[in-house]
Amino acid sequence: MTNHWIDIRNSDCILIMGSNAAENHPISMKWVGKAKDKGATLISVDPRFTRTSSKADIYAPERSGTDIAFLGGMMNYILSNNKFHKEYAANYTNASFIVGPKYAFKDGLFSGYDPKTKKYDKSFWAFEKDANGVPKRDLTFKDPRCVFQLMKKHYSRYTPKTVSAITGTAEADLKKIYETYAKTGAVDKTGTIMYAMGWTQHTVGVQNIRMMAMIQLMLGNMGRPGGGVNALRGESNVQGSTDHCLLFHIWPGYLGTPKASLTTLADYNAKNTPKTNDPLSANWWQNKPKYMASFLKSMFGETATKENDFGYSWMPKIDDGKTYSWLDIFDEMYKGNFKGFFAWGQNPACSGANSNKTRKALAKLDWMVNVNIFDNETASFWKGPGMNPDEIKTEVFFLPCLTSVEKEGSITNSGRWMQWRYAAAKPPRGPKGDGDIMVELFEKVRSLYEADGKFTDPIKNLRWDYVKDGKYDPHAIAKLINGYFEQDTTVKGKSFKKGTLVPSFAFLLDDGATSSGNWLYCQSYTEKGNMAARREKKDPTGMGLYPEWSWCWPVNRRILYNRASVDLNGKPWSANKNILEYKDGKWIGDVPDGGWPPMSNKEKTKRPFIMKPDGVGSVFGPGRVDGPFPEHYEPLECPVPKNLMSSQRMNPVAPVYGTEADEHYSCDPRFPFVGTTYRVTEHWQTGVLTRWQPWLLETQPQLFVEMSHELAKLRGIKNGDMCKVSSARGKVEAVAMVTGRFRPMAIQGLTVHEVGLPWCFGWVYPKDGGDSANLLTSSTGDPNTRIPETKAFMVNVEKLGKRRA
Amino acid sequence: MAGKFFLIDTTRCTACRGCQIACKQWNELPADKTKQYGTYQNPLDLNGNTYRLVRFAEYPSNKNSMVWYFFSDACRHCLAPPCKKKADQILKDAIVVNEFGAVLYTEKTKELEKASKVIKQACPWSVPNWSKDQKQMVKCHMCHERVAAGLLPACVKSCPTGALNFGEEADIKKLAKEHLAVAKKKFGAKAHIEDEKDVRALFLIVDDFIKYKPMEI
Repeated sequence: MTNHWIDIRNSDCILIMGSNAAENHPISMKWVGKAKDKGATLISVDPRFTRTSSKADIYAPERSGTDIAFLGGMMNYILSNNKFHKEYAANYTNASFIVGPKYAFKDGLFSGYDPKTKKYDKSFWAFEKDANGVPKRDLTFKDPRCVFQLMKKHYSRYTPKTVSAITGTAEADLKKIYETYAKTGAVDKTGTIMYAMGWTQHTVGVQNIRMMAMIQLMLGNMGRPGGGVNALRGESNVQGSTDHCLLFHIWPGYLGTPKASLTTLADYNAKNTPKTNDPLSANWWQNKPKYMASFLKSMFGETATKENDFGYSWMPKIDDGKTYSWLDIFDEMYKGNFKGFFAWGQNPACSGANSNKTRKALAKLDWMVNVNIFDNETASFWKGPGMNPDEIKTEVFFLPCLTSVEKEGSITNSGRWMQWRYAAAKPPRGPKGDGDIMVELFEKVRSLYEADGKFTDPIKNLRWDYVKDGKYDPHAIAKLINGYFEQDTTVKGKSFKKGTLVPSFAFLLDDGATSSGNWLYCQSYTEKGNMAARREKKDPTGMGLYPEWSWCWPVNRRILYNRASVDLNGKPWSANKNILEYKDGKWIGDVPDGGWPPMSNKEKTKRPFIMKPDGVGSVFGPGRVDGPFPEHYEPLECPVPKNLMSSQRMNPVAPVYGTEADEHYSCDPRFPFVGTTYRVTEHWQTGVLTRWQPWLLETQPQLFVEMSHELAKLRGIKNGDMCKVSSARGKVEAVAMVTGRFRPMAIQGLTVHEVGLPWCFGWVYPKDGGDSANLLTSSTGDPNTRIPETKAFMVNVEKLGKRRA
Repeated sequence: MAGKFFLIDTTRCTACRGCQIACKQWNELPADKTKQYGTYQNPLDLNGNTYRLVRFAEYPSNKNSMVWYFFSDACRHCLAPPCKKKADQILKDAIVVNEFGAVLYTEKTKELEKASKVIKQACPWSVPNWSKDQKQMVKCHMCHERVAAGLLPACVKSCPTGALNFGEEADIKKLAKEHLAVAKKKFGAKAHIEDEKDVRALFLIVDDFIKYKPMEI
């Protein structure tokens, strides 16, 4: 979230799309309710009328996988009806920038596409620069090559008629939603978006989010209370794990993972540190070398020196051009290219797309370690459906671990708040905390390396000063994440002794004098104490920032890009939503995104979007691999013979995998219905924790498939009947839930049915609960992130038997 | 009269079922073996192990294409409880009303197994049940022990959206009035407090009561 949960209450219009917040984030509805009490409008867009829709002022259905068409139509409405926030768009976004002559868009493809490699050369999308190397701008938006005009032209193709034919949403509903949301373009109004996996898990996942971010920028909703782009995270600590390097392509603090070709730290810094010639751009990432050096110091301590590049060469790199995502890991495992696998705190046999492929891949391993709380479909895959234990060589080790409430530590919620938690319950004898398992594992690995190892440097030099009395110490690791002065140092006129905690990332250095396990978390645990453990309920702005409750990255800033919440003179765009104001030469309120004076002070100011090299929000995004403007493409599997927007049916750069387990079909009479997956309030992720909880199982005991009355009639299915739902890759048995909450849609003159299933069940327990809906989903995903496309695929539904007694 | 009241504003309920589970947890009630019956509602009705149940009911609608009603059902704690009237005819003070107005089924109801059906029938909403485990009649008891200790009932404590509220009569009636005014604005004249004069559990609903309790199984 650029904002945070409580801030939802400050919104004038809340769009929940790509999320079923009431189901999956029940507490969020408290803040939605408070906004509604003050007159806010709630809009719900979802293929299915959900618990969230039941509370909405406006609901409209759309076909899964058509969000860019829906939102492209909104952008078209906003631009052609002049509903955008002009002063904001001109000064705080790149709408005024002039795009270079090589940029073009034709029939679904941007310029720079190489059909052989299925990749774009992004240099085709560069801005035109003046003699000083600063992007040229036209603040009047009249230049035909300015971003505004190119964007207007691009989205003029998304007419209500075309959008309706793609999404299945009635034109009247589109109009109503566009009009309602576009009202937040008024200078004093703000609108917010709450989205989740319904937007991310697509072959156009990143561009779904970008499309909305562009709308938010044009309406002037970024950086402001009640605005922002707000990702509702799918697991309470996903924000924290992503911040700390959950994904293959980033190290802690969003430092790009080095490629193998960048053999020295200097090479890495030169390649990865953005530059700007614009004196008004803070270009905060220019500090990246400081964060890299400090991170490496946190990894290797005293052995990391300037002379040895702080141990840069000891860190693993990724081969140029290769990706190492979830989809790639299981593709390689399926092909027999892995020996061993740690499935730690997860259940990939149910949670990953195309679970049959995953389960078969596990059988190709020599060994697997599953660290979990209960038995699950991954740990026991070798005795699961369709498996013959005699033929499976994989040796499986199951390590029972503690639950989150049995350990001390922190979680970081969607709003970026790092909250310290004490151990609430005494653990049972036997299971260990994850930290202790890792300590034991590493110490054993180290002793083996010491006896007989090759390339021992990274192992023997790893900093290991957070184990106290043989136990993992969460405070010591939290302090290491914050960072230390590694020698007596004077920085910014202040002197610090070796061993003191760094007060904030502004004090980090690139010469090895400081360490920080994650620069974004520098300030979270300082000489003043554990900031994440704070529980003060003061709210000086009255806007719900609660600055002394826990701690929030970066530097306790509760709303990102908050200097965009004020006008060029530092006054809040809306007087009744004041989180930050420039008064008597200083900023009052939230921690400002940089302390520079407002934009009217042309001598000393910096533009508000300090993480972007140009200092402004990117409505034109030349950094993504699939184009600078989001464009509608159909999912890998879709019910329509063609994409109405162009002759590119699917995202031309999305990954497609080629094993026999990756079959996929579009417009195939065997799989005529759109399928989607989702969660239920009562179960958590794949249900490993919750299926064993009798009260929760009582409320949601078995897999179900929701379908419309019309589809049920077509297939002779009655409510409660057992059904088989199948795709090109797998099948599940599910109880029919026949409901008016799904409706047939009119798409390109066809009647398209959509069905949906939750993915929280698995064959291990309960025995009659059904299996994972991910047996149906496909192995493809977003080309930027490789998040799987589990939200849109094609299925068949057949009746198996009568309603159960 | 005075005493304690609930306000259950169904327009704010998202059917998270926190109340249903919190009730089970506080009362240490076991789960029944259920099946998926083609609805989110589960179990299908109040029973000896379920004192509070969120009911789900969906209908086509002109506005918004659908309505999906959620109703956190439990004992209304009637001001003149018909269950007590019926039970008193069989065994005096097996059912009592405490100082908060909570209608309580005492240990004496252990002797009412045979009469439990007629007592259930006496309730306009068929709330009470015979518990095979506890061998007595059971239903919501307003968490009167928690309330005596200054705590909220478990269901109210768990509610994230402000659908469930609990407190002194004057406060809850004032709150009900405010919530009703908001609901009338949004949902029209059908918004009302059900049985306002007769019960301590004030349900704010926006349609005929019968529409909140269907079960097409």
